[in-house]
Amino acid sequence: MAFDYEQYLRPGKLPHIWCPGCGHGIVMKGLIRAMDTCGLEKNNTAIVSGIGCASRLPGYVDFNTLHTAHGRAAAFATGIKMAKPEMDVLVVGGDGDGVAIGGNHFIHACRRNIDMTYVLLNNYIYGMTGGQFSPCTPVGAKASTTPYGNPDPTFDIAKLAIGAGATFVARTTAFHATQIDKLIAAGLRHKGMAIIEVLDDCPTAYGRRNKFRSVIDMMKRLKEIAVPIKAAAHMTPEQLEGKVLTGILHQEERPEYCEQYQQVIASAQGD
Amino acid sequence: MSSPKVEIIESYCKGCSICVEFCPTDVFEMDGFLAKVVRPEACTKCMQCELRCPDFAVKVH
Ligand SMILES: Cc1ncc(C[n+]2csc(CCOP(=O)(O)OP(=O)(O)O)c2C)c(N)n1
Ligand code: SF4
Ligand SMILES: [Mg+2]
Repeated sequence: MAFDYEQYLRPGKLPHIWCPGCGHGIVMKGLIRAMDTCGLEKNNTAIVSGIGCASRLPGYVDFNTLHTAHGRAAAFATGIKMAKPEMDVLVVGGDGDGVAIGGNHFIHACRRNIDMTYVLLNNYIYGMTGGQFSPCTPVGAKASTTPYGNPDPTFDIAKLAIGAGATFVARTTAFHATQIDKLIAAGLRHKGMAIIEVLDDCPTAYGRRNKFRSVIDMMKRLKEIAVPIKAAAHMTPEQLEGKVLTGILHQEERPEYCEQYQQVIASAQGD
Repeated sequence: MSSPKVEIIESYCKGCSICVEFCPTDVFEMDGFLAKVVRPEACTKCMQCELRCPDFAVKVH
């Protein structure tokens, strides 16, 4: 049976703006399936984004959506969640939006452990603005601003999120389509800050510069580099060279921010 | 069981060829810039095409 995506899409919005083969569409479908699995109600859900190709995603889905300033999605989402803690709040955005200009908001949302689900589409580049390097561009890779190869070391977004205090951290890729919805659903069910990084392809601004002949080559690379965290436990450092771990990388219970804040309110009111 | 119906919404298809590559039974071929269903009878309903299409353009009924 074909999955009925239309029930969650704003009418008349397709075809979307993303380039042929851009993985953002694959992630959007996974997100929709996850929200369907978890039974999220349209009126009780807010999806927030900043700026970028990835950040265009909320414009297509029929929920409460907020398209905000570049890098500031986590801050706007924090405001929504604190004003209406009963709402399900999601953030969607790219690597540039999330951990370059928005890095500060990202780490502090993780630190607070506020109950939201952040889907970060990491395509290693600023896609929308023509391919400037991001903190996730691999060392040596070409971007419009690194024509001789990128000298900067990269962020490991999952480690950054764990170090900053997120209590659910997972990773998958645009190739692993069914894992996208499973991990987002697990993140939605988790109480606290859930980060789901999806390694993605940008054939237009990254692939062409970095000798990928086609979208299919980019998809195959995502397949090859991914190692499930359980399988990695039995592999040597040599075997893990150049690989990325996928699955739920970290999960813990810690007090959630809105609940903690209710106690502040109660104390201030003299209860 | 009635045979599966594989549909491509042409106005959504951008011709990335992901369905052509990942269909295990070669149901699709490229026809210029668009994907086309050429062997519908070979479909096993594995849903790989529908799952992976970034453009909401493939449906398996
Ligand atoms: C304050 C501000 N600075 C810079 C820009 C230009 N800008 C728009 S999108 C973008 C990068 C987006 O990259 P990413 O978040 O990785 O999304 P992608 O396009 O790769 O999906 C930049 C720098 C902006 N819109 N606002
Ligand atoms: S520029 Fe890159 S990220 Fe943006 S829509 Fe095109 S392929 Fe996707
Ligand atoms: Mg990007």
